[in-house]
Amino acid sequence: MKKLLIPFCLLALLLCGMSGAAMAAYPDKPLSMVVTYPPGGATDFQARIVTTMSSDEKFFGQPIVVINKPGAGGRVGWNWFAEKAANDGYWLSTYNAPHFIAQSLVFKDSKFTVDSFEPIATWGADPAVLIVPKDSPFKTLKDLIDFAKANPGKVTVNGAGLYVGHHIAMLQLAKAAGIKLTYVPEQGGTPAMQSVMGGKVMAGFNNLADAYRNRETVNILAIADLQRHPFIEDVPTFMEQGVEVDNSSVNYRGIFLPKGTDAAVIAKCEKAFLDMFNDKKVKELMVQSGSPMHVLDRKQTAELFTKVKKNLEELLKDIKE
Amino acid sequence: MDFITYFFACFTPLKIALMIGGAVGGILLGAAPGLSPTMAVALLVPFTFHMDPAEGLILLGAVYTAAVAGGSITAILINIPGAPANIATMFDGHPMARKGKAEKALYLSFLSSGVGGLFGVAVLILFTPPIARMAMEFGPAELFWLAIFGVTVIAGLSSGTVVKGLYAGSFGLLLSCIGENPVYGVERFVFSDMLTGGISIIPALIGLFAIPQIFTLVETIGQALEKQSFKAQKGVLREALGEIIRHPRQWIMGSVVGSFIGAIPGAGGQVAGLIAYDQSKKMSRTPELYGTGTPEGVISVESSNNATVGPALIPLLTMGIPGSPTAAVLLGGLLIHGLFPGPELFTKHADVAYTFIASMVVAQFAMAIFGIMISRYSHIVMNIPNIFMVAAVTILCVYGSYSVQNSMDDVIIMFCLGLCMYLSSRNSFSPAPVVLGLILGPLAEDNFSRGKIIAQTGDGLASYFLTGGVNMVVIALCAISIGWSIYSEWKMSRNNEARRAQATAATAASLSEA
Repeated sequence: MKKLLIPFCLLALLLCGMSGAAMAAYPDKPLSMVVTYPPGGATDFQARIVTTMSSDEKFFGQPIVVINKPGAGGRVGWNWFAEKAANDGYWLSTYNAPHFIAQSLVFKDSKFTVDSFEPIATWGADPAVLIVPKDSPFKTLKDLIDFAKANPGKVTVNGAGLYVGHHIAMLQLAKAAGIKLTYVPEQGGTPAMQSVMGGKVMAGFNNLADAYRNRETVNILAIADLQRHPFIEDVPTFMEQGVEVDNSSVNYRGIFLPKGTDAAVIAKCEKAFLDMFNDKKVKELMVQSGSPMHVLDRKQTAELFTKVKKNLEELLKDIKE
Repeated sequence: MDFITYFFACFTPLKIALMIGGAVGGILLGAAPGLSPTMAVALLVPFTFHMDPAEGLILLGAVYTAAVAGGSITAILINIPGAPANIATMFDGHPMARKGKAEKALYLSFLSSGVGGLFGVAVLILFTPPIARMAMEFGPAELFWLAIFGVTVIAGLSSGTVVKGLYAGSFGLLLSCIGENPVYGVERFVFSDMLTGGISIIPALIGLFAIPQIFTLVETIGQALEKQSFKAQKGVLREALGEIIRHPRQWIMGSVVGSFIGAIPGAGGQVAGLIAYDQSKKMSRTPELYGTGTPEGVISVESSNNATVGPALIPLLTMGIPGSPTAAVLLGGLLIHGLFPGPELFTKHADVAYTFIASMVVAQFAMAIFGIMISRYSHIVMNIPNIFMVAAVTILCVYGSYSVQNSMDDVIIMFCLGLCMYLSSRNSFSPAPVVLGLILGPLAEDNFSRGKIIAQTGDGLASYFLTGGVNMVVIALCAISIGWSIYSEWKMSRNNEARRAQATAATAASLSEA
């Protein structure tokens, strides 16, 4: 009898597990969310804020565990997510547009395209702004363009890395103004900000939120978006100053799932995330930390991807040659 | 002095409980290989969302401080650094443990961590404006030279076998080239998808140090029965305190090096630990004892890596530029409460800012005291039979490598590097220069590339890299470091020759007498 006890227990456990999986509604266990940047970055930080309420019964009723898979500008994580993540709805990933779209176009080791993912929702939009050191001779955007026209390639502009929003904004500026700029890719937005503050480069594109916090030490010349931003009402857009730079470089942050996820799961995720993003507590934390929010649903996010992809194909065509 | 007014604000029961909890938790988190201080703080940031700002920061600060020190536990006991900052702790800490002095090594480690940590916080309190200005001076050219200064340490780490050390260092530099170059976006040596993101430091660290260790344990498993047993000894704490008092040069050197390097964004604790170890070896009266288990080595490294904590907060608090990856995570803890770093932090939110800094002082004591209490049980680890030790360490290796990026690829990379290291260690190559190359490679290369891009828009490479006050100072340090290595190598070989000559003379004399 005793001999049979252990197998019997195991069988009982197995049955419990099976019936649980079959009957309980999604989600019945914690969800994992891949963040393709290291802890401490803006994406990681905001992802942790917007998912902090997840275990509330109103939303998922289960916690979301952040899993950092950084490397190669986000490609390590997205490659993994596109190729290896299970599409059972328990694996989510953050996306950063235009980063992942630009990388899918430029790098041949990208294992994903825009169509490899199911967009769910967007929580934030961080426009790129053009900054110069406080004591820079460039007081306006015009000063910088005039100098660059007289000295082609002599103006150094930095940003958070290659083919991120900042790089796109710089390419757009160079193209629209007909000037030649020298791009210096840094290892993230913070070192880029530091180089501008220390006067190591002449100018830089950086996140609006970070530039806004550092207005003591840097001047903001223009914002690469369609309209001005409430954080910095006095800073004009590029368009207002006659330079055709649109919102293609705005860093949108949100959630996507792997292709082939069940439609019911997608619908559940979309609703839960939109409710979380619009939750009072989450909004309060985002505003307090100076993280610009911009909530888009699944349809709007999909439209955004299509639009950014089209713009980037146009822009990057000239560079790739 | 605002600081003193707020100093006593951190003595409420809840805040003291948070500091003690943070210190104990931080030590344990830091001791788990793969769970770096950055990870430990990142895990805790969401918990502080719902806390009062000062309390949340006190918890994070205590965990940060303690996690940096906690990494030395595994470094000393089982020769696996808990975090990259503890690499150099192993060089002397583990030999001490093998001689049965694990408890003393741990006491030394926590005491000197406390001393270094206090020094760092003192720098934060007293010298914030000049240090902030100095940190801003570091651009691509300066960081490049700093990395080169680190490379000169390779020679010092491998005295006796300088050529093999240089080979190992070059191998490490080569390994660091794997993956995408962040400046030009070019991929190098990516013949497998596993390598797209390059080789991360922690899996490499675990593979290079721990795997050869496991194989060695397996080789000697037959002798497991004869393993000597260590007992808890009395009076070790007094002995350790005595060592600290007797070696002020080591902890002063360590603290100063740590404070400077900690404040420079982009360098960090691992570079500080290695440079401090090398410098203290050069300054020591008995450099030949380094690597064999001398207390001086442990003191210099542990004081330096904890001294980076305070100054790393200087650029963070004054300009919002974190001085270390962990400080970057801490930034999140500030922002979530609407505390924007900058000069206003100290005027508008003086209560929070100064209470936080004051709590860092108290946290050093909490960390040292609880670290010492935990160390008392170290002999239990040392008495574990090898056969169990092998299993436990292997599990820690896999877990630690996996947890960095939640990736099985890292585990495979860890085992491959470990196997290579085991084979080459039989030919007396050592892993330290490899890791050093891996850490410094990107720092040197990326900053050189960035500097080159900037220089080409201006006056050219030579004037960009070879002029400027900070550049000259760091270049001079490089020259001194190399010169000193050559000199001490020459002196050592001359001493050896003299000794040999004496010995031959003595034998000859005794022969002729006979």
